[in-house]
Amino acid sequence: MSNLTGLAADLASGRVEVVDLTQSLAPEFPTIVLPPEFGQCAPFRLEEVSRYDARGPAWYWNNFSCGEHTGTHFDAPIHWISGKDFPNNTVDTIPAEKFIAPAAVIDCSRQTAENPDFVLTRAVLEAWEAEHGRIPSASWVLLRTDWSKRSGAEYANIREDGAHTPGPDPEAVRFLVEERDVLGFGTETIGTDAGQAHHFTPPYPAHFYMHGKGRYGLQCLTNLDRLPPTGAVIVSAPLKIRGGSGSPLRVLALIER
Amino acid sequence: MSIPPPTRKNPLARTRQPLLPPVPRSRAALGLGAAASWGRFALQVCASCEHVQYPPREVCGACLSGALVWRDVPSGGTVIAATNVRISADPYFRERTPWRIGTVTMDAGPAVIAHLHDGVAAGDRARLVLRLDKAGQGVMLALPEDGRGDERDGKAMREMTADPRDRRVLVSDGRNPVGQAVARALIEAGARVVVGIADLWRPFTPVAGAEVFELDVTDTDSVRRAAAEFGGRIEIVVNTAMHIRPGGIIGRGDVITARDEMEITYFGFMRLAQAFGPALRFRGADGTHPACAWVNVLSVFGLAGSPAWGGLSAAHAAALSLAQTLRAELRPGGIRVVNALVGPLDDEWHQSVPPPKVAPAAIGAAVVRALREGVEQVAVGDVAQDIVARWRDDPEVLAREMMEGMA
Repeated sequence: MSNLTGLAADLASGRVEVVDLTQSLAPEFPTIVLPPEFGQCAPFRLEEVSRYDARGPAWYWNNFSCGEHTGTHFDAPIHWISGKDFPNNTVDTIPAEKFIAPAAVIDCSRQTAENPDFVLTRAVLEAWEAEHGRIPSASWVLLRTDWSKRSGAEYANIREDGAHTPGPDPEAVRFLVEERDVLGFGTETIGTDAGQAHHFTPPYPAHFYMHGKGRYGLQCLTNLDRLPPTGAVIVSAPLKIRGGSGSPLRVLALIER
Repeated sequence: MSIPPPTRKNPLARTRQPLLPPVPRSRAALGLGAAASWGRFALQVCASCEHVQYPPREVCGACLSGALVWRDVPSGGTVIAATNVRISADPYFRERTPWRIGTVTMDAGPAVIAHLHDGVAAGDRARLVLRLDKAGQGVMLALPEDGRGDERDGKAMREMTADPRDRRVLVSDGRNPVGQAVARALIEAGARVVVGIADLWRPFTPVAGAEVFELDVTDTDSVRRAAAEFGGRIEIVVNTAMHIRPGGIIGRGDVITARDEMEITYFGFMRLAQAFGPALRFRGADGTHPACAWVNVLSVFGLAGSPAWGGLSAAHAAALSLAQTLRAELRPGGIRVVNALVGPLDDEWHQSVPPPKVAPAAIGAAVVRALREGVEQVAVGDVAQDIVARWRDDPEVLAREMMEGMA
């Protein structure tokens, strides 16, 4: 039996389980908030075209609209100014094999429960490696915070001085891209960066360094608590938008029972 | 005598159908409605002989000149006869008898047959007003000259106004300062207010005494859910949703802001009207405090665009046009559509615009006054009043003035 027919058999038998890491696209799901003088990411919207009625007697369908960075979505390198000049840096030109890759899941849910401004540091990553082994190159690093178990105002967690959500510090991101050569970084929060990451140097380090090395981002993930620290395989193919900087997508994880 | 608050509706009782007083009018007589819609007391005056005309006509009753001009005239008069109509063949009046009418000789000249306020009797001095009846047509109403405190509770006045007291009002956007001020003014006026808040996950300032409901006029599903939950218990809708951004065409360089403006000001209005309009129209005769009004807070730049605010102007012009259609569509329910036209607001987005600017509280007060007085159009603040006056004088000249950057 080939590897692939073996995988198909394992999927059929349930020995390999598929975990959906995607939030439902819904109008009320929070999107990133920027100062109002900047352009904004459009939230998800749905307009019913027909529902077995005069507008279409036997069929139901909708038109939807949203931004490239709405809901569970993929960030391509061109999204950030530091990644604007790479070849194949848009969702339509990224080689398709990049869309299937293993994942290292860093569980920081205990820390983030106590501190919404929890910062993922190099020390935390090294401690994880001491327990689970070196983060393999070309793999996703997913930050588990259990943030996806929150909803609404608790999820966005906006206060007078902006959003308070966890994320990595500049050194941690540089460690991942420069010393571990990861494929990308994924989070459960609205962005790959911390809510207060505009105060970091550089601001938004996950965007700046990941995309600055041609790497990818995933955000608004869910169900990371169902993944093992190592061994999961992530399937995350964005929509093939010509010249697109990102796209909402279905993110799946394959795990072995 | 003050109208007591509504009693709870028997949920098993049939909801009475709204009826309208007679609708047909001559083209000339529609001028009464046009004057009434602004709360003006205007009649045709002959440009040749100064004779004041009533009822409206094509030529002067005194000199046969065709040059009749609508002009504000003195509204005082004396009631020379009063009668109580006890039997009527008209279904609308049949439900409302006894109904008082009378003959009033106007200080301006003509004698008119007018609806009489409860407090006016034969021999009394009276103040005539033009009001819109349930069919939206301009009619004469004689009020006590001294303006008594309970004037707005008179039977005829109740038919011709939309007093928010003891009515349930939806303020569609309670997140912006205008919506908050409108909600506060309505609560102060005795209304029960629900404010819609978009993106409940973002912090917002609650309005004391108002109920909050998640409502985003750009989200069809959210508007439908709100209407499904409480649309049958709303007597007045005030649409305060707006998207204020400067800019015209070339400087913006994209259509994203323009699309947001249309999404909120035009499509948002349409979504609200599609969701809440049917129940409003159906409940135009429901009890002592029936559904009665729809209010839009719109920019006066909808009448004549300000190039510096060109995108906003276009969206509000579109909304004004939509209001015209909604007025026709809600008329069968006796629901009036009020446009409160505002100039530049005293808000964050007009930080660099010099005064005069209109305070949100002034808009709240104007909305309440418009509902109590039964007008359909109101210009709030100095800039809006000035632009409306110029627009009435000559819209094409105003359009050129706006290009010179007067506003």
